[in-house]
Amino acid sequence: MTTTGTEATTAPRTVSRAEYCVIACAEAWRGNGEVLASPMGLIPAFGARLAKRTFAPDLLLTDGEAMLVGLDGTAEGWLPYRRHLTMVTGGRRHVMMGASQIDRFGNQNISCIGDWERPARQLLGVRGAPVNTLNNPVSYWVPKHSTRVFVARVDMVSGVGYDRAEAAGVTRFHRLPRVVSDLGVLDFGGPGHAMRLVSVHPGVTVAEVRAATGFELTAAEEVPYTREPTAEELRLIREVIDPKGLRDREVRV
Amino acid sequence: MSGRTDKVLTPEEVVGQLRSGMTIGIGGWGSRRKPMALVRALLRSEITDLTVISYGGPDVGLLAAAGRIRRLVAPFATLDSIPLEPHFRAARERAAFTLTEYDEAMFMWGLHAAANRLPFLPVRAGLGSDVMRVNPELRTVASPYDDGEELVAVPALRMDAALVHLNRADRLGNAQYLGPDPYFDDLFCEAADTAYVSCEQLVETAELTKAGPPQSLLVSRHSVTGVVETPNGAHFTSCVPDYDRDEAFQKLYAATPWNEFADRFLSGGGEHDYQLAVRTWHEEQQ
Repeated sequence: MTTTGTEATTAPRTVSRAEYCVIACAEAWRGNGEVLASPMGLIPAFGARLAKRTFAPDLLLTDGEAMLVGLDGTAEGWLPYRRHLTMVTGGRRHVMMGASQIDRFGNQNISCIGDWERPARQLLGVRGAPVNTLNNPVSYWVPKHSTRVFVARVDMVSGVGYDRAEAAGVTRFHRLPRVVSDLGVLDFGGPGHAMRLVSVHPGVTVAEVRAATGFELTAAEEVPYTREPTAEELRLIREVIDPKGLRDREVRV
Repeated sequence: MSGRTDKVLTPEEVVGQLRSGMTIGIGGWGSRRKPMALVRALLRSEITDLTVISYGGPDVGLLAAAGRIRRLVAPFATLDSIPLEPHFRAARERAAFTLTEYDEAMFMWGLHAAANRLPFLPVRAGLGSDVMRVNPELRTVASPYDDGEELVAVPALRMDAALVHLNRADRLGNAQYLGPDPYFDDLFCEAADTAYVSCEQLVETAELTKAGPPQSLLVSRHSVTGVVETPNGAHFTSCVPDYDRDEAFQKLYAATPWNEFADRFLSGGGEHDYQLAVRTWHEEQQ
């Protein structure tokens, strides 16, 4: 067995799936400038903090309640719900929401499963998804990529997808930059703004993603892997942002 | 008092001014600063057939479980730390009430419209979503300016009565929040024909500006019909800085069959009995 000097002195640098997910979420906010990063879910929250610590220092974050805060928790502004809603319609926000169902054109459902009149499973309600999608960029995070989530048709359109936005004439501020799942990264660069596979996380095949998706998925012939974290990013995730390893609870591989 | 109106009431007196079939707005947000003592007083009454307007939390869950809601107007119902409100879910899944499902911003502008005595306000929300399908009575309006944009005309969420809970109030109905978020409680009061404010502590008017800055005086007496002192009255929701959410009790609420929960905690004759039952339960958990 031959070893090089670097391999011998460096601890095994195996990047976990959850860590690729954090990187992929962080990338959603690259180049966004001075906007509010609104992450829903643990992995997007770690991604937003990683982005702010590295390549997107101007991002605004909240404490999850009514304050705008810096990375160390220092309050720098007041953002109660009513002002948060203004931030949405003002467009200075990029939210990463969850999705109980999402379709080929990015229509998302968090309201209920089954018939709305008498749902088989009542979920949250539409919450802010309709206003979010018409006013500020909305990305999605799906911790378990499956045909139950990536469906041909969602039961109740909460977040508005590209086809519905076009049909309703509300494309002015409508933008869905990306969908990150535990298998890969998708965007809406396919024909007619259809969902397209942009990268797979190392260890995942394109066939696996297709099998876990309930509609025809556009993909380039060669789908690259999601980018590797830098050594510094990995250190930040492991030692600063999520030292308890909570990320591995949301994505286990 | 030189003719100024003392508005102090008991929870029972508040409920005595409400009727079945009314449209009731409930302040707070999710499982935060909900006027739970007033909701519990409602549950002890025979009042039913309500239209409830709420950024829903356990207020909605309790009233739905008890079969008091005919129609719910809400963008969600959640317990925050427990994302899905179990009693709201169960009631929806048996189609126990009619739902008018709004987006969070649509709902806020409906409150603003009602508070400003406008028939509607235009919003860029709802279009393209299934909110338009499930609420077919919603209309749209075209901008009269050069852009000509089509917007949703959210109808005013006018209500017969509003119930809100704040940290402090005086006997005249001036009320103060000491936490970081006003939620929409002032709008609820202004959007309602009558409004009832419960508070952690009733204080002299002069005490209000000693406890917090002027902008913490959220609700003004001209929009308030009655004031109730109900210490721990938002329990088990949060009422910071007076107290956080009672997470242990909320878990119990979410995990216990409705009848069992109601028998143990809601069958007493008044708010005092509820608070005592909660204290006893906590002592048992030691």
